[in-house]
Amino acid sequence: MNKLGIVISKEYLTRVKNKKFIITTLLTPLGFLVFFIVIFLLMSNESDKQYSVYISDQSNTNINMPDDSKRFKFIKSTESLDSLKSKCKKGDADAILVLPNFRGPEVKNYTAYYHSDKTLDIEMEAKLSKYLETSLRQYKMQILSLDKDQIEKVDTKISIDPEPISDTSSNRTEYTSKIATLLGGAMGYIIVFIIFLYGAGVMRSVTEEKINRIVEVVISSVSSTELMLGKIIGVGLVGLTQILIWMVLIPVVYMIGISIVGINQNDLQNISANIPADQLSKAEEIQFVIQEMMNLNWYKILTVFIIYFLGGYFIYAAMFAAIGAAIGDDINDSQSLTMFVSIPILLGMYAMFSCIREPDSGLAFFGSIFPLWSPIVMPAMIPFDVPWWHLGLSIIILFAFAYFVIFIAGRIFRTGILMYGKKATAKELFKWMFSKQ
Amino acid sequence: MNYLLELDNVFKEYSNLIAVNQISFKVPPSCIFGLLGPNGAGKTSLIRIITGITRPDRGVVKFNVNSNNNSSLIGYMPEERGLYKKMNVGEQLVYLCRLKGLSRDQAHQSVQKWLDKFEIQSWWNKKVEELSKGMSQKVQFIATVAHNPKLIILDEPFSGLDPINTNLIKDVIHELKNSGASILFSTHRMEQVEEMCEEIVLINKGKNVLSGPVKEIRQSHRENLFKIETQNPIDIQENPEIQIIEQHENFITVRLREGQSSNEILNYLIMMGNPILAFNEVLPTFNDIFIKTVNSESHE
Repeated sequence: MNKLGIVISKEYLTRVKNKKFIITTLLTPLGFLVFFIVIFLLMSNESDKQYSVYISDQSNTNINMPDDSKRFKFIKSTESLDSLKSKCKKGDADAILVLPNFRGPEVKNYTAYYHSDKTLDIEMEAKLSKYLETSLRQYKMQILSLDKDQIEKVDTKISIDPEPISDTSSNRTEYTSKIATLLGGAMGYIIVFIIFLYGAGVMRSVTEEKINRIVEVVISSVSSTELMLGKIIGVGLVGLTQILIWMVLIPVVYMIGISIVGINQNDLQNISANIPADQLSKAEEIQFVIQEMMNLNWYKILTVFIIYFLGGYFIYAAMFAAIGAAIGDDINDSQSLTMFVSIPILLGMYAMFSCIREPDSGLAFFGSIFPLWSPIVMPAMIPFDVPWWHLGLSIIILFAFAYFVIFIAGRIFRTGILMYGKKATAKELFKWMFSKQ
Repeated sequence: MNYLLELDNVFKEYSNLIAVNQISFKVPPSCIFGLLGPNGAGKTSLIRIITGITRPDRGVVKFNVNSNNNSSLIGYMPEERGLYKKMNVGEQLVYLCRLKGLSRDQAHQSVQKWLDKFEIQSWWNKKVEELSKGMSQKVQFIATVAHNPKLIILDEPFSGLDPINTNLIKDVIHELKNSGASILFSTHRMEQVEEMCEEIVLINKGKNVLSGPVKEIRQSHRENLFKIETQNPIDIQENPEIQIIEQHENFITVRLREGQSSNEILNYLIMMGNPILAFNEVLPTFNDIFIKTVNSESHE
């Protein structure tokens, strides 16, 4: 095995065999599981106590009572507000909803009053406003002698279906751009997350070796470029391993979670069976979205994702490695130097957002070509059908730039790694780029 | 003579100083060779050039050994020791050997052999952070020699070692020398130079200021001083025959005058009737030579 291979395998194996790696890799999906269960329990946990809400109806609309539920019980009352309040004070009631006079169908805004010493929680508020909205709508329809069917005929559901003009573009539906936006954003985020997580890992590894002083022994055996590349590739492979394990574990854990909290497939089917007839379009919509996702060119999307992941990781990990070599004996020195990396990444994320909003804008084009941003922007753009020449140009620039960054970082690395004492200034870093060995 | 390592006019300049200025010397095979110099003289810069970590601006570093890989010829123990703290002793020694070109099996065997030699086989699975300073020093030494280098560069190899381990390492250094390796030995401890080194080079401010075999250097720095021990207290006054440098009850140190031989002094003392127990020439210590040479260079 050549020396680069030996460095890669050492960097990879010492990390993968480390207890910390094993624990975080296994615990992260378990963390998701716990999170999932806790959220589920919190949401499904209705408190045992049933709230009794008195409704003092002075609206003169002959309104119906809302349905009782496990949490709420509604009682219509004609008693005065004061006597209801004293009931509340005694503990016989929890809240009073006062519906003031409803002047007529021309009223656009209506305020009801909720008297209670307890907080009006979101669920209660939602339930009450929904109830009043439907009841008053019915009342207005009645007064105005409107037919329910007629009203429904007035509403028109609109969708705008994009159709290509040239033959080469694939046909799209209104869902394509929604899916593209979500998918693109998610891929951009994942790349940023990976770059920060594992790039910082490379930096830590370099700094540790420098502070340890073992680097002096190591680079009398391997060239500094081999050492730097070995670290970048080794840590990158650790990242890939972790991601692959999670890709398998998270769905497994998710299934386990579902079985623990007791949702089974039948329940899910029942839920869809229970969708009322007038909302059937929703179910169709979901099916449509799934269909649309299947229609996406996943081979292209995933290939592009991996290419930009590699390019972006190499560029930023090399920058992190150079920073790791440039800092002094104190690992906390890294903070001011890491802004050289974090600022372009954050700007790249802004560029990504604007390009998702407007994929044909000039900024989007620039962001997808500019190699510090393209690893974040291009994966976000790819679900929106990027022409091949554009993609090719971006990839060529990306890898040419990655080569350049590795070259420059290697020069900073080989000088910085042997400098002890204080951290390097930006001016010194610049000088090292052009210094002789 | 076929030298192992030859440096010819090696020159290295950093942005604001000349670290190594036209240094030439030759290290024979099977030799303990001292690389001496005050702090900041350029020793580390020179060692980094020899190990190939940096390149000289001018001049040649030549190994007279058939090898396509110079790094495998050299074992280097820097003064600032360092090991991977979180890694097992065994694994990291194997890793460092493999970087020097040994196969996994060869590296395994050699590391095992050295751990046996130091009777520390049980450390294989220990992490370096669990070891004491002296213990990790031994591991560091093994990391330097386990790939059978031809040239072993040791920078202050005994710092932090107790007398027992110092002797152990000294013995091993002599064994390595006898088996054909050369040791380039950098230290500030001049008594160790006298004791161990056969040849030295002394550099100051990047320049070679003194070099050659240790015995010859001491001879050439002799100041014609003799120390005499007598049975009874010496009662002697300054006189034209004898120049006294130092006088105690039973000892005196004298310096020969121009043209005077040691026998003349001895005869003079015998004539005084005080039985003489010892008569030795006092050669300058390396400490003296070091200080004198460096100071005179610095004042130039």
